[in-house]
Amino acid sequence: MRLEYFQLIDRIVELDLRDQTIRTEARVPTESTIFEGHFPGYPLMPGVLLIEAMAQTAGWLVIAVTKFTRMPFFAALKEAKLRSFVSPGQTLSLSAKLVHEGSGFAVAKAEIRCDGKLACNAEITFRLVEFPSPDFRANMEKMAAILEFPMGTLAHG
Amino acid sequence: MMSSTFETVAGIIAETCDIPRETIKPESHAINDLGIDSLDFLDIAFAIDKAFGIKMPLEQWTQEVNDGKATTDQYFQLNNLCTRIDELVAAKSA
Repeated sequence: MRLEYFQLIDRIVELDLRDQTIRTEARVPTESTIFEGHFPGYPLMPGVLLIEAMAQTAGWLVIAVTKFTRMPFFAALKEAKLRSFVSPGQTLSLSAKLVHEGSGFAVAKAEIRCDGKLACNAEITFRLVEFPSPDFRANMEKMAAILEFPMGTLAHG
Repeated sequence: MMSSTFETVAGIIAETCDIPRETIKPESHAINDLGIDSLDFLDIAFAIDKAFGIKMPLEQWTQEVNDGKATTDQYFQLNNLCTRIDELVAAKSA
């Protein structure tokens, strides 16, 4: 995780276009100014950032399913449950499954596990729009490379 | 338009948007009369797609409206919307 860049996941571990699922992983940093405020002397990963981590995981799945033709923007969140505390230094296993690919929108279910235990889950809706500009798309491709997004999978999916 | 299509769609709208079922008529316009915004319409589209096993071409419809080739009435007045749904269902099983 690079919280200062709002990069909430570290790596795409697995992408399965047939099952329309994705797995990613992320390590919560041991130090961040965020933990100075949330909370003093009792650092916890904010729930809203866990939700963003699920949204980024599901978002990359949507980008893969739509073969990099659409940018998913976070539009709605349902049934979000923050089930346990997540602390600095913990490693997160994230996953998402596409529930529905509509016209101009997509719905996915996502979850985060810590040491095998379900930490949070939610249903996330995205609006799908064309990439706002070639630069935007290029930046997403750069991020895809950082996250080890398996570009080759798209050709075979 | 099949009346059962309207019943299903009206039920979805009532439940999704918390609109009293009795105020939803076949001639109601989803946006202008019922005040459904685009985000709520995504929920409705999701439920309609699931209920009928179709994929409503919302991007195409929106494009046609933006290009002046269609009016919102053609797609978002409920009797017209239900006709479109019936057509999509028929096309799927054809």
